[in-house]
Amino acid sequence: MLEDEAVQAEAPVPKMAAPSPRTPVKVVSVIEFARNVRLWFAPAQVREEGGTPDYRFSLANERTFLAWLRTALALIGGGFAVDQFLPDLRWAWRAGLALALLGAGVLCSLRAVNHWMRCERAMRRGEDLPVSRFPALLSIVVAVVALAMVVVVLVGWEG
Amino acid sequence: MNADAGQERDPGLQPERTRLAWRRTTLASTVAAVLAAKTALHGSVSAVGIIACALCCALWLGFLLVAHRRISALASSDSPLALTPRHATAAVLCTVALAACGATLVF
Repeated sequence: MLEDEAVQAEAPVPKMAAPSPRTPVKVVSVIEFARNVRLWFAPAQVREEGGTPDYRFSLANERTFLAWLRTALALIGGGFAVDQFLPDLRWAWRAGLALALLGAGVLCSLRAVNHWMRCERAMRRGEDLPVSRFPALLSIVVAVVALAMVVVVLVGWEG
Repeated sequence: MNADAGQERDPGLQPERTRLAWRRTTLASTVAAVLAAKTALHGSVSAVGIIACALCCALWLGFLLVAHRRISALASSDSPLALTPRHATAAVLCTVALAACGATLVF
């Protein structure tokens, strides 16, 4: 009974937050991620699920994946560029910015293949495409790095 | 050459667009690899720098190979098969390894 009440009391809460229940979301997403990583290396298993979608949808998904991969490559190139073309900066700032950009590039590329896989599976099973808060996160990170660059360049020129 | 092939072509030009997306991505990886090589060979040339540069070139070639195979697969038929996870993973691993090389070079 108590549990029922607790469930009822909590029921309206997720309406304001995420559409899914809150606490197990992280665990579920970790399990989901692990299964997806296994699928990256076992392509035959993907074909076992559902039906093959229209090839044009698959190609569109592939182009989205490539666009994310280009974003990742641009971030990595930006990391190298920071290291190369801001030589007057103090080492800590330069290495920090470069590593942040390289790390963002790694995250972006791993997320690209993971999201591609999730979309592919969703299309095969006829489900809704997965939603993601990664674009928002990435744009915030890029904005923060850009601001840091502005500050660093200004300070670097003065000092 | 073949009139039938022209009629069956997808009006949205999806395979062509996908092919060009692969081309753009190889271009982006070329830029990243060139910047990596410049970082590796900047200043005094050391053994670590040369090894890192060779590694970056190998990764770039690997990416080029993946892209080339996919582009030929796309060009070979009018309704090409979807990208396989192995290809996607290979492309991503090249990218990640390039970033890892970069991280060692920055230090």
